[in-house]
Parts: sequence; C-alpha cells; structure tokens
Amino acid sequence: MSPVSTIHSRVVYDALTACGIRLLSALPETWLVHLIRLAEEDPDMILVRLAKEEEGVGISAGAHLAGMRSAMLMQNHGFLASINGIVSGAQLYRIPLLMLISDRGTMGERDPWQTEGGAVTEAVLQTLRIPFARLEQPGHVATRVAQAQTLAYAANKPAALLLCRDLMWEEPA
Amino acid sequence: MSPALTRLDALGAVYDRLADLTVVTIMGAVAAELQSLGHRENFFYLQHAMGLASSMGLGIALAQPHRGVVVLDGDGSLLMNLGGLTTLARYRPGNLLHVVFDNESLLSAPSIPRRTVLHAAQVAEPFADIADESDGAGSRDAPGDHGVATASSTARPRQSSPMPGPLSRVLLARDRHVSALGKHRVVRWAASTR
Repeated sequence: MSPVSTIHSRVVYDALTACGIRLLSALPETWLVHLIRLAEEDPDMILVRLAKEEEGVGISAGAHLAGMRSAMLMQNHGFLASINGIVSGAQLYRIPLLMLISDRGTMGERDPWQTEGGAVTEAVLQTLRIPFARLEQPGHVATRVAQAQTLAYAANKPAALLLCRDLMWEEPA
Repeated sequence: MSPALTRLDALGAVYDRLADLTVVTIMGAVAAELQSLGHRENFFYLQHAMGLASSMGLGIALAQPHRGVVVLDGDGSLLMNLGGLTTLARYRPGNLLHVVFDNESLLSAPSIPRRTVLHAAQVAEPFADIADESDGAGSRDAPGDHGVATASSTARPRQSSPMPGPLSRVLLARDRHVSALGKHRVVRWAASTR
C-alpha cells in the first residue's frame, strides 16, 4: 500500500479545480499517482500524459493562448528537465504557467537517487525568479494554490507550488 | 532532378488557406518566411523554446476543439521533442495538422549545416497507426483513421537527398487532413529551403 496520501491528493486536486483549472499535463511519479488518477476520472478535466515534462510547458502555453486555465504536475527532476521551455517559452512569452512540483529528495528522503535534485530545486526556482510556495499541510493548500494562480496571472509569469513530503507522504518519520 | 520546391513556395501555396486557422510556427526561417507573406493575427511564431511548437499546437487544439490548428514544424525542432510525438499520437486531436519541413539540416544556423539524423516519419511509425500516403492512394485515410502520414515522396529512407515532394501531393494531403478533421497526423513535407 502506497503511503502517498489519497486524502491530501484530493485536497490539492480540489484546489486546482476550484481555480478553474481545466487541463492538467502530467508525467507519473509516486507522489503524483492519486492526483493523476483524480484527473483521469474527472470528465471535466483534460489530462495530457506526457513523454517528457517540457512538453507540458508548450501545452500550457497553447491552452493559455486558447483561453483555458491549466497546470503542470511533475516531479522536481521533471522541472529541472523543463528549464529551457520555461525560460525561452513561458517566460519569454509571458505565460502564466502554474507548476505543481513534487519536492523529492529533501528531509526524510530514503531514495538516494532523489537527493541531488532535492538539494537544488529551490535554488533553481530562485535563480529563475520563479515565485514559489510550499504545500506542507492540507489547511493552507487551497489558499496557496489560489494565490499562486492569482500571482501567475497578475505577473503573466510562471509560479510554482512545491508538493512537500509532510503533505504527500503518510509514512511515520 | 526537377527544380526543388522551396519552403517559401509551399507556404505561399497554402497561405490563403491558413486564413481561418490558428497557425503556430517554429523559430527561424519558417517564421520569417510565413511572416514575409503577410502577418495575420492568427499566426503565432514561437521564436524560441525549440521543439515546443507542436506541444503548443496540441494545447491550443485541446483547449479549442472546434478551431483548426496548424503547426509548421521543422525536422530539427521535431528531433528536439521526439517524445512529444507519442503525446500527439495518444491524443490525436482531429483539428490539429502537424506539418514538418524536412531539410535535413539546421539551416537557421547556415554556418553549421548538419544532417539531422533520422527521418522523423520513421521514428514516428512505432507510435501511431500509419496512414502512409506516400503512393498517393490514401486508401487508409478514411475519416476516423489516424496516424502519421507523409505528404512527400516517402516515409522510408530516401535514395537521394534532397528529394522534395510534389506540391500537388502536399496540397492533396493537406486538403484532406484539414477538411476531413481526421485524427492527428504528421505531414512530412520534404522541401528545399531555397
């Protein structure tokens, strides 16, 4: 049984739909499985399964130009793999790109292969001047998701939300 | 060999037909040549983010399923987002036409002519049902069919290079794809750039 929180995944998903998100692009990873399943089961959501996360930047840019609100679901390593698209696509063309990034490789991480990415994710976001907030407990999820989207649209720029271990993972420390 | 079809010729031949469609181009010469024919509000030139024009076209097509969308891609850009072909093949919006100009080089950097390694249509074949129109018969292109089509001379390795496809066949394929609102297709358009 996966210790990924189904309840908190639902809280995050509901926060996205409350913001009018109609399209989600995603590439599966452990922490995102419930979120992706919720999108798949939602007849009002367009779920686009990707081969590589950077595609999602283009898809979200296209959806934005076509008047639809969207978001990306990806692991932090997928974010790292998407940087050129974010910089030369979303930032250059002022796209309000909402990114939900699972923050693997941080405190409590047991998978050695996640740890290097975890060590640089926030620093890269800061270097790219992408505002971000951490989603750590269910009580602030709806507010922070809405605020991130509001800022993304006000600034016409990307904004990120880090899906953190305390929110997504139920295993006792 | 007969005179090569230029990309500008090809764009000019379909320019009028683009009036009611949303058009996304890649950067460089494709963007410049389309714009040289006359900019329209429904043209978007993705001047960077190499490889993502097709993804952007997919996003537009999914968000507005009743709007016709054309992506004017290149072989170099396609090679930078080959995985995206699998995504396009998975969703195959019927309102999206994906044209790939294949000049087998990165000619926006003319000092560094390169042969792009693979024929995109070959790479794409395993990912989608093939509607290979290379013989012009188009018998598998019934409405509701889907896959990767080649509008030019062949989807198989070419004997010589460049070997541009006849314009009439390109137009035939294009007419069929856009008006039939079939499934997602890549139309490979082998044209010389000059």
